[in-house]
Amino acid sequence: MEAHSSEVFVIGLTVFFLACIIGYYVVWSVTPALHSPLMGVTNAISSVIIVGAILAAGPQGFDTSKIFGLIGVVLASVNIFGGFLVTYRMLSMFKKKTKKTKEKE
Amino acid sequence: MSSNMVAILYLISALLFIFALRGLSHPESSRTGNIFGIIGMIIAVFTTLMFKSVLSYYEIGAAILIGGAIGSFIALRIEMTALPQLVAAFHSLVGLAAVFVAAAAFYDPVAFNIGKVGSIKVASLIEMSIGTFIGAITFSGSVLAFGKLQGTISGKPIVFKFQHLINALIFLLIIFLIIFFVVNQSPTIFWTIVFVSILLGFLVVIPIGGADMPVVVSMLNSYSGWAACGIGFTLSNNLLIITGALVGASGAILSYIMSKGMNRSIINVVLGGFGGEQDTSVSKDNSDKIVKQGNAEDAAYIMKNADSVIIVPGYGMAVAQAQHALREMGDILKKEGIEVRYAIHPVAGRMPGHMNVLLAEANVPYEEVLELDEINHDFPMTEVSFVIGANDVTNPAAKTDESSPIFGMPILDVEKSQSVLFVKRSMATGYSGVDNELFYRDNTTMLFGDAKKMCEDIVKSLSA
Repeated sequence: MEAHSSEVFVIGLTVFFLACIIGYYVVWSVTPALHSPLMGVTNAISSVIIVGAILAAGPQGFDTSKIFGLIGVVLASVNIFGGFLVTYRMLSMFKKKTKKTKEKE
Repeated sequence: MSSNMVAILYLISALLFIFALRGLSHPESSRTGNIFGIIGMIIAVFTTLMFKSVLSYYEIGAAILIGGAIGSFIALRIEMTALPQLVAAFHSLVGLAAVFVAAAAFYDPVAFNIGKVGSIKVASLIEMSIGTFIGAITFSGSVLAFGKLQGTISGKPIVFKFQHLINALIFLLIIFLIIFFVVNQSPTIFWTIVFVSILLGFLVVIPIGGADMPVVVSMLNSYSGWAACGIGFTLSNNLLIITGALVGASGAILSYIMSKGMNRSIINVVLGGFGGEQDTSVSKDNSDKIVKQGNAEDAAYIMKNADSVIIVPGYGMAVAQAQHALREMGDILKKEGIEVRYAIHPVAGRMPGHMNVLLAEANVPYEEVLELDEINHDFPMTEVSFVIGANDVTNPAAKTDESSPIFGMPILDVEKSQSVLFVKRSMATGYSGVDNELFYRDNTTMLFGDAKKMCEDIVKSLSA
């Protein structure tokens, strides 16, 4: 593992650039009307950083690293729940209209 | 669980995140997209909990419950008009979380397989400090943006001498600190990087004015993604790298769209100082010009006798919470057989898509809400433009007056419709500090007052 650290980095870099390109095309396809929910969702998923926080908080016992990890878990959880819920609220408002207009039609 | 299994589960989670964004291409598919995102997150969290080194389920569970409860409480209670500051606040948390994860990795590198205390791999140290740097900037920048949006701090740009020089020097200092940190791995330097970056975050957002906030909020969105990326590189975790890149790209594109909507470069917005205190060609003497003033009954009369009305909402509508009253007005007009549509400028409001969400909240069907490109050519065929709480985005000076600070900005061509109704609190200039010549035209009627009250009064007159 240690010997291949440059290899790991290059793989990471490959993934990074490909993901940027996917992000570019996917985000341009988002309709402008939904740009606020887009921010809500991206905010929620960027909190996937919780993965790192859980690893830090994982070991038993208490040390500095674990406390930092737990704080990270709390902060990221606020975002995950908050981000997805507020997006859900926004999107359900857009949903309501669809139903209503369909009923009218 | 084998490391291959972990990698595959993380991959599934990353794919679900991509589908979550993809779903937003249409309101119909967006809710499914959001559910994909939630499933992706659940998979990511549970996969990580399955790691052999992760043992303290109770503590982690409690932390998730605490955070989740706070997040849910806020998300369910928040008013839709307060959305921009909520998003800014959430960004600050992502930034702070990134700092804490980096700190945890620094204090316990063994848990992340990046070396031992005092002899962490160089690459990891660089990635870690970059993640920390971006995370800390995101944190403090978002806190300040939150303050400006919430109104706790003045939305006016705060400009002082050598501002950009100071920022540049601080940035250089951070680079030196990072090099220093990589060499001697001292905790003191780590925390110095954190604090200096926090300072830089404040200084970067301080000169940016209130109405430029859509760009700032998008930019911070982007930063929070890059911070996650930096941590992803530190932990050699592809899921974090992919998600960070998606979020980073998303924020960058939104910033681009927003600054294009103002015909300014992102750099120009970031350097700040636009609007507010500047007194550019503001005072062309307009005191002798005549303003036609009307009341709710006049407005009701004008609209009742029209075939088509285009409503142009702006930040003022959000401030006055006028969206519901406005929709009621639109409904009555529609019942009269009048075509009612809404025109949204890309930078209307305080965050991308702000107006769309508010109108959706008020039950305006999204088919009636059109973007600038879609509706701009319809203004000449429209009888009445009803501008509510917007100003600069309708100012024809953007097309004609080369000396105007807003020259070149794409605007909604309300001046081409047969008559224009302006709901405004006063004759005050818009954010850019530029006077709007539309106010003085013969076919313009100014309706002074609170946007919500005005809509309610118009509704009363229409139903009378």
